Amino acid sequence: MSPEIVPAASLIPADAPFPKAAKVALGMPQLRKNLAHATGTIRAKRANVAGELDDWEPLRDTAAAIKADVQHRLPELAVEFERNATAAGAHVHWARDAQEANAIAARIVREAGADEVVKVKSMATQEIELNEHFEAVGLKAFETDLAELIVQLAEDRPSHILVPAIHYNRTEIRDIFDQRMSDAPKGLTDEPAALAEAARQHLRRRFLSAKVAVSGANFAVAETGSLVVVESEGNGRMCLTMPQTLISIVGIEKLLPSFSDLEVFMQLLPRSSTGERMNPYTSVWTGAREGDGPQDVHVILLDNGRTGVLADEVGRQALSCIRCSACLNVCPVYERTGGHAYGHVYPGPIGAILAPQLEPGRHDDLPYASSLCGACYEVCPVKINIPEVLVHLRQQGPHQAGERAAMGGAKAVMARPRLWRAALKAARLGSMPWRRKGFLRRLPWPGSKWTVSRDLPVPPKEDFRDWWKERQR
Amino acid sequence: MPRVGLFITCVNDALFPETPKAVVRILERLGYDVDFPAAQTCCGQMHANSGYKKDAAALAGAFEDVFGAYDAIVTPSGSCAAMARDQYPHLIGSDIGDHVYELSEFLIDVAGVEDVGARFPHTVTYHPTCHGTRALGLGDKPLRLLRAVDGIELVDLPAADQCCGFGGTFALKNSDVSSAMLADKCRHAADTGAEYLAAADNSCLTHIGGGIHRSGGPRPIHYAEILASTA
Repeated sequence: MSPEIVPAASLIPADAPFPKAAKVALGMPQLRKNLAHATGTIRAKRANVAGELDDWEPLRDTAAAIKADVQHRLPELAVEFERNATAAGAHVHWARDAQEANAIAARIVREAGADEVVKVKSMATQEIELNEHFEAVGLKAFETDLAELIVQLAEDRPSHILVPAIHYNRTEIRDIFDQRMSDAPKGLTDEPAALAEAARQHLRRRFLSAKVAVSGANFAVAETGSLVVVESEGNGRMCLTMPQTLISIVGIEKLLPSFSDLEVFMQLLPRSSTGERMNPYTSVWTGAREGDGPQDVHVILLDNGRTGVLADEVGRQALSCIRCSACLNVCPVYERTGGHAYGHVYPGPIGAILAPQLEPGRHDDLPYASSLCGACYEVCPVKINIPEVLVHLRQQGPHQAGERAAMGGAKAVMARPRLWRAALKAARLGSMPWRRKGFLRRLPWPGSKWTVSRDLPVPPKEDFRDWWKERQR
Repeated sequence: MPRVGLFITCVNDALFPETPKAVVRILERLGYDVDFPAAQTCCGQMHANSGYKKDAAALAGAFEDVFGAYDAIVTPSGSCAAMARDQYPHLIGSDIGDHVYELSEFLIDVAGVEDVGARFPHTVTYHPTCHGTRALGLGDKPLRLLRAVDGIELVDLPAADQCCGFGGTFALKNSDVSSAMLADKCRHAADTGAEYLAAADNSCLTHIGGGIHRSGGPRPIHYAEILASTA
């Protein structure tokens, strides 16, 4: 008898500020073990394959330049994409927000005479909560990406952009299949091959009966009106080719000016995401072609806060993100908390700068969920200066009143050298009773936030200034 | 000879006088005339990185007033040097950061020395602090200086490139995550069996040292103090 399935996301208090949610996640030893193992493995693979390319840095620079160019002329590129995709037989729709995108998608499904869809792994549809919307209006959406399938069966939420079930190990996955997948074989083991085969048989039946598929896209090429999906399993390819109707929901920042730009991104993306030189399946389609693949092809271009991000000169670089997850895998914070603690579909360093910008006024705690160590910037294939944006967002506020007063006080002292020297002297005198021990072990709040795990050295008897003055004599 | 100003940093001013003393000794040993402008306080990093841009700009402006006349400003902190170089341009429109050198940059790039004539017969492990390594791009400069020290035995620190969890106010605002990062760093440091844990930033060393003081492990030391040692 396998243990009861408890969705990991349900254990993290919903809408809790990051420090609180993180504390809960930190108290889950199996989660931390799974995360450390998985992120450590991908991190090493990425470093290997990125290190193989002599022109890795120029590639990053080029990708950043292409993305900056896209951001500078997004309106004209979006219209160019619409024109070319339409000429190739696609229907292009424009969605201002999640609500509009979901409504358009649901309408297309109904018009196709269907009440269920198969899905390609897609962050945009997670972002707009398409599955939840479909369920609310009586439609069913079935995830076909293996990890997304696991998460959906567990009634959980993804905890990683690329590896949404990163928080589960194979034994936990076996239990989920065993209890939640109606056609799981009896006596299923936790061998990866057995688990993959069970999922394969389960999904094959879905592919054969699906009339409609829903996808996102990694890239949208303005010059040709083409969409591109980059994946590993081939389940996306099944969705993109078998059903009669295909609906692709694409964030407007996914545009690229020309087809040849893919040359740059197809070198960067697989290496940065899965740590592979090349991904197994890359699907490119341009409108509809008679007798080949879906005949009813729709593209929903999604804003959902993106034009607002575009207006911020520093913050807009977050729109360059190609959702590779390299920043999550190297982040010392993400590695210890996992994705659910961030309370947003985009977790980790990129989420910490994207979530508060896409939903202004919410997630104000996320820009602080970083020690500004810079590991994310170092690996980002499109060179998003995440620490710079984190600091920029912190500077937008809001700031808590007590902290503001403390910072103002510190500045007032530090801006006046004589006051500063007096303060140093006062600290030395004040700490005299503790000097013999050399360290403070317990401080009242907020100092207790420090002494919870660290001792604090006390100021020395003689400071540098005394020494310097003595020497000058 | 360039006119060298010493920026000791607020952390060293308050807690660690031995580190700036060491910098003075090293530079004077190499023949430099070092000046310590007494009006210096803080580079403004705590305010900038905590989101208080106006306060940070005021402190950055004061830094520029104090150090503007020097050809080179040397500091034993990768983090403060990175603050001046990366943030001052958009904070106060100043390029004074181009003249701010973390100690190892000054020794290797300006003075052109790796062997500063030090002796330190101990086992040492080195933690490359994040801002020094990533924001400033120090690479292995502090390590190159340490390798040239007579009698030193350097031991590799496992997972050296992982942040210790300090991050300024991060250590308070996200105390639990920070503590989890610190626990791993302290464990790795203790695993080396080294006598000393060296780094280029006393703020990070306050953090790691504060953890090690409880859990046991190598004694934290700024690498400048090793370079100044002739024992």
